[in-house]
Amino acid sequence: MECLFGLVGKDFAITVSDATSIQSIVVMKHTEDKSRNLNKHIIMLYAGEPGDTVNFAEYIQRNVRFYEIKNGIELSPQAAAKFTRRQVAESLRSRQPYSVNLLIAGYDVKTEASQLYWIDYLGSLIEIPFAAHGYGAYYVTSVLDRYYYPQISLDEAKVLIKKCIDELKTRFFINLSNFKIKVSNKDGIQEIVL
Amino acid sequence: MARRYDTRTTIFSPEGRLYQVEYAMEAISQAGTALGILAKDGIVIVAEKKVTSKLLESTTTSEKVYLLNDNVICGVAGMTADANILINYSRQVAQQYLLSYGEDIPVEQLVQRLCDLKQGYTQYGGLRPYGVSFIYAGYDSHHQFQLYHSDPSGNYGGWKATCIGANNASAQSLLKQDYKDEITLHESKLLALKVLSKTMDTTTLTSDKLEFATLHLNAEGKVVHQFYKSEEIDVLIKEHNEKKSNEED
Repeated sequence: MECLFGLVGKDFAITVSDATSIQSIVVMKHTEDKSRNLNKHIIMLYAGEPGDTVNFAEYIQRNVRFYEIKNGIELSPQAAAKFTRRQVAESLRSRQPYSVNLLIAGYDVKTEASQLYWIDYLGSLIEIPFAAHGYGAYYVTSVLDRYYYPQISLDEAKVLIKKCIDELKTRFFINLSNFKIKVSNKDGIQEIVL
Repeated sequence: MARRYDTRTTIFSPEGRLYQVEYAMEAISQAGTALGILAKDGIVIVAEKKVTSKLLESTTTSEKVYLLNDNVICGVAGMTADANILINYSRQVAQQYLLSYGEDIPVEQLVQRLCDLKQGYTQYGGLRPYGVSFIYAGYDSHHQFQLYHSDPSGNYGGWKATCIGANNASAQSLLKQDYKDEITLHESKLLALKVLSKTMDTTTLTSDKLEFATLHLNAEGKVVHQFYKSEEIDVLIKEHNEKKSNEED
């Protein structure tokens, strides 16, 4: 019932995650943060089995941090995504696999470009200009398909995100009232409100 | 008396030394010279081949300069058989990194992994430490061109120009004299030949006694390595000789 999505623009990546925490038929919370910052420039969004998600996300977050302390260099978004995919794929082949879907978005300071990676619980990874997870993906993908263009500016992207959220609010049968929106660019990661 | 501390690789002598490790380093300073020079647009590694014979099929394998990964080459001084083990190990490490992160391994990490292995023999023991020193020339997006040196104790360091093997002290001081921070790759190739011509036993440089390799960027800005054929080395030697005779005039 969750919805994560994101897109990349000229020199930034923007991500949106719903803030609703659902247990059975009860909405427990409207302010759940389904994202973790892996470093100064990389955002990871997660959805899936509650418990698995946070556990896995923190495991990745700590390992990326460990790499950076050990080697004194930052991991690029691509390296972080490949590493995460591998962890999912290895977990899938274990006795208790994590059931987590992820989006990893970030700004690569070396190449001065942004990337977005879509990873599912089966360990498949793709780099795409826009992506979505969860039931919300059925609505959001079509809107992004229609209005997204490469090199989109941040202001245009905000308008597009608004369109997506409006679509969810009118068509989706679950009331996702709150969304957390984050932007990663050369200055780092900021949370924004539309 | 001294022999009491000679036999084990992991036992300190009363003076606080590890004899086996020191002997390994001594063995290396008998071996053929290998030197590396870091230029602003690339790195050169040159090594002196000890085994030369008319009968030897020299084109089949290299003896002293190897490719570790797309972005790292190395020069070897010491026991070639030991070096082969370590080279195989470091190639594996580099591929494992590529598998995990989808990127070439940063040079220092590769050096570090190899040194961790070498260090193990000074602490956990085994029969003897690896009798090899390496010169690594590498490129990564974090620190661009880098030159490292590692020895059997597991120590490593970054250098602008360094030398291992026979006569390394005199080669090192020659490098210190002639190295300039703004040296180009081409100048460093000639400098490498100049240093080797003075430290090698033979009076004249010949391509069959040398192994020559460079690491540099191609037109697209991608890192490439080049192992020189003997004809290509001859061209450089010719240029070196002309430069030398000009200076003498």
